[in-house]
Amino acid sequence: MMKTWQAGRRLLLMTAALGLILAGCGREDLSVLRPQGPAAESSFALMKLSITIMIVVLLIVFSISAYVWIRFRRKPGQQEIPKQVEGSFKLEVLWTVIPLILVIILAVPTVKAVFAAGNDHSDDKDAIQVKVTGHQYWWEFEYTDYGVTTAQDLVIPAGKDIAFELSTKDVLHSFWVPSLSGKMDTNPDGTVNRFSFSAPNEGVYRGKCAELCGPSHGFMEFKVKSVSEAAFEDWLASMKAPESVLPEDPVLAEKFKSQCLTCHAVGSMPASSVAPNLTGIGSRESVAGILLNDDTRVDGAPVEENLKTWLHDPQSVKPGNTMPNPKDLGLTDEEIDGIAEYLAGYTLD
Amino acid sequence: MDWITTVDHKKIAILYLWAGGIFFGIGGLEAILIRIQLIKPMNTFLDAQTFNELITMHGTTMIFLGVMPVIFALMNAVIPLQIGARDVAFPFLNALGFWTFLFGGILLNLSWVMGGAPDAGWTAYTPLSSTSYSATHGVDFYTIGLQIAGLGTLIGGINFLATIITMRAPGMSFMRMPMFAWATFITSAIILFAFPAITVGLVLLTFDRILEAKFFDVAGGGNPVLWQHIFWIFGHPEVYILILPAFGVISEVIPTFSRKRLFGYSSMVFATILIAFLGFMVWAHHMFTTGLGPVANALFSVSTMLIAIPTGIKIFNWLFTMWGGQVRFTTPNLFAAGFIPTFTMGGVTGVMLASAPADFQFHDTYFVVAHFHYVIVGGLVLGLFAGLHYWWPKMFGRMLSERLGKWTFWTFIIGFHLTFFVQHFLGLMGMQRRVFTYLPNQQFDTLNLVSTVGAMLMGVGMIIFLANIFLTSRRPLDAADDPWEDGRTLEWTIPSPPPEYNFKQTPLVRGLDAFWKEKMAGHKGMTPSEPVGPIHMPSATILPFLMSVGIFIAGLGFMFSRDEFGSDIMSFLFNNYIVTALGLLITFGSMLLRSLIDDHGWHIEPEELEGR
Ligand code: HEM
Ligand SMILES: [Cu+2]
Repeated sequence: MMKTWQAGRRLLLMTAALGLILAGCGREDLSVLRPQGPAAESSFALMKLSITIMIVVLLIVFSISAYVWIRFRRKPGQQEIPKQVEGSFKLEVLWTVIPLILVIILAVPTVKAVFAAGNDHSDDKDAIQVKVTGHQYWWEFEYTDYGVTTAQDLVIPAGKDIAFELSTKDVLHSFWVPSLSGKMDTNPDGTVNRFSFSAPNEGVYRGKCAELCGPSHGFMEFKVKSVSEAAFEDWLASMKAPESVLPEDPVLAEKFKSQCLTCHAVGSMPASSVAPNLTGIGSRESVAGILLNDDTRVDGAPVEENLKTWLHDPQSVKPGNTMPNPKDLGLTDEEIDGIAEYLAGYTLD
Repeated sequence: MDWITTVDHKKIAILYLWAGGIFFGIGGLEAILIRIQLIKPMNTFLDAQTFNELITMHGTTMIFLGVMPVIFALMNAVIPLQIGARDVAFPFLNALGFWTFLFGGILLNLSWVMGGAPDAGWTAYTPLSSTSYSATHGVDFYTIGLQIAGLGTLIGGINFLATIITMRAPGMSFMRMPMFAWATFITSAIILFAFPAITVGLVLLTFDRILEAKFFDVAGGGNPVLWQHIFWIFGHPEVYILILPAFGVISEVIPTFSRKRLFGYSSMVFATILIAFLGFMVWAHHMFTTGLGPVANALFSVSTMLIAIPTGIKIFNWLFTMWGGQVRFTTPNLFAAGFIPTFTMGGVTGVMLASAPADFQFHDTYFVVAHFHYVIVGGLVLGLFAGLHYWWPKMFGRMLSERLGKWTFWTFIIGFHLTFFVQHFLGLMGMQRRVFTYLPNQQFDTLNLVSTVGAMLMGVGMIIFLANIFLTSRRPLDAADDPWEDGRTLEWTIPSPPPEYNFKQTPLVRGLDAFWKEKMAGHKGMTPSEPVGPIHMPSATILPFLMSVGIFIAGLGFMFSRDEFGSDIMSFLFNNYIVTALGLLITFGSMLLRSLIDDHGWHIEPEELEGR
């Protein structure tokens, strides 16, 4: 009994050490190994436990292998016939029972965590309800309690539970924010999924689509922006402001309405849309989910430049996406630049 | 011509090996292209569409057309010899199985030159694989090609079941059967139960695509998740169809080169059966994130973990086979030795994946890519290399060069670990799988570079292996009957390569490791169980080839039945199902001939047997 207890303690120590080593891997806003919220932490705890057990198993297998290879190598001139051993009941029972115990050690917390992860917050009045819809290749977020819809940037209040309802408008996608939570598929109607997570710390986290969904699957990213409660309220309020900001130049405004608003929406017009809602796009973290609006970084650029990149050739940014090229819609280069400028200036305060 | 009409299991084995080798090469080239594209972020070497076609074809080709036929090659080459039989139970069907596999594979690969390869992943999840989102004929090539190739696999599986049940030499009870024969037996049983599932799935998907049925279409009352269930009910057992034969090979190679009998033979048999059984109960562990709910996830988590137990039994039994033996590191045994730790690493990440809440993070990331390559390449492919080097002299009558063999081993295994070990970390650091490129500055760059370099090194290993085969083939037939000197089973009692009829006289089996037992008793060979007499041989026939050509034509005809062609004649032929009908006519016509022609085969007379 004493022995098992000691082994258990050693296992715990190793888990802790391993946690430290792994936690050095990857970016804080992206890596599974640097969890930033309870859901990701629960997965990470199981991962550490299983890795520890598995490393122990591997060490045993590796050492026995190394030992037999060295110790029982045939020596030159060795000719006698080794004893033909049939097996050993005792040994074989031993290596049936030990794995069984290891499996039980892993299975119990696994089952607990499975049921904990199944917690449904869809009736929780304190939780923010968000309807997530996957599209080839962008994400739509509808805050059902507030009548607000946005795209690409999921803004959430830090520390609150967010209850998601996931579905897709076309093929299957999978909604994943590695440092906040495991992934969940977006299925079509009939098999809509629900789950929830929260982000205790303010910050911007990278989200990804994890189910092959077409050519630009790898570019189907989004950002989760965890902000203070007050900032979240402000954001909601400015999103709800009914007036729709249009380009100042009336000709450009007309072009924008007739060519862009057939699919997109800004503010309250038109009421529904089949492409990302553009309200306040100037304050987003990225254009199209992947062009980062951060000119202080080598992999980023100012919003306006990113918008121009996108509008001058959406296909080259995200191959296979369904947005028509503005040039084919009859917009001139100047008009495209004008619209990019207007969108870049369309910020929420 | 000889090769097209043969029904001899040894020749069919060589055909499988060639065909499998070529498809494996194609799949390997695809892998290298994939890895070159991923060598750095935002690479433009390939475009997104081509990349998706490549990953789809790489996965499909490797699984169905690359490694399966090599497994079948070994089974065909070895099983009848190991159980003391003169051929498989149904030589005609054996040939038919090969040809349908080959023509299915050719059909699938024609997609590269006939307007677009499948691009929905080798799992072909709907709705991505529906005509709305995959508009080229790619997925049709996938469904119809695999359907035809799968027919061959199913025929092969049934044939081996019948062969092993009915044709073992006198005295060879099931519990005296070599482990590789056991593995083949169980594998064939899995094929028998798993392949019908994918067959149904592929037919339904074909109907959805070509006849506008709505099995998987929500708008039409169907359900896309249904496809995932059907696919994985087949797909998971398929993994065991691949790995059990490798287990079988390792269980032959290790005892031979340790000069010891397999440790815990009966628990090995039991473990194999248990793995096969559990293999059918765990399919939904591929679907934890699909949203099955906590109850299903918990059940499938735990049942998956249980597989670790019989697998562990096997690993330790192999290790204790070597314990106390005289281990010789010939090339086959090097591969077997490399197999044990490498496969164990794939096994332990499998247990990690089995924990559903952790899998929410692992699923569809490079961690998974790393895991299944550790199992499939680090397990199965190393096992196949071990088996090929081991039985090469028996199949071809020539020893492969040991020096080149060792070079193959070291380059391949080092390249392998370089390629796939780092991918565990890529996945954990947030890189999804099946992405045609990735944004810079995510700390993915170095690890991807390492991975690509490793893949090249594996390629070098393959080239050395091919060079070895090529150089060896120019040497004289020099392999002894028992070239490794410590052979334990029946195949080592007859010449290398074996004569057409395998055994002049069927041997009498007096225990496990029949040949070893005789050697230990001081005998030179086996005691025959029958006097020398005329041996009945089946006739060669071209009908299996023709039947497969017919199915191939029918498949193409069906696939293009709704297309508009530039020329009226073509449209007329295809749109009225005339091509389809023609193909089916060839197939059924051949079947008819087969039943009408009364062919009793021929005999090899005793004088001729003694004459040699
Ligand atoms: C030269 C050795 C190999 C290399 C470098 C290699 C590399 C790769 C890469 C880079 C992927 C794409 C991962 C992704 O983004 O999904 C992949 C996928 C895959 N590979 Fe391999 N591979 C090799 C050998 C094999 C073998 C021998 C098999 C099977 C017998 C195999 C089976 C698969 C499967 C099933 C997939 C998944 C395809 C999909 O996602 O649809 N690979 N491999
Ligand atoms: Cu995707």
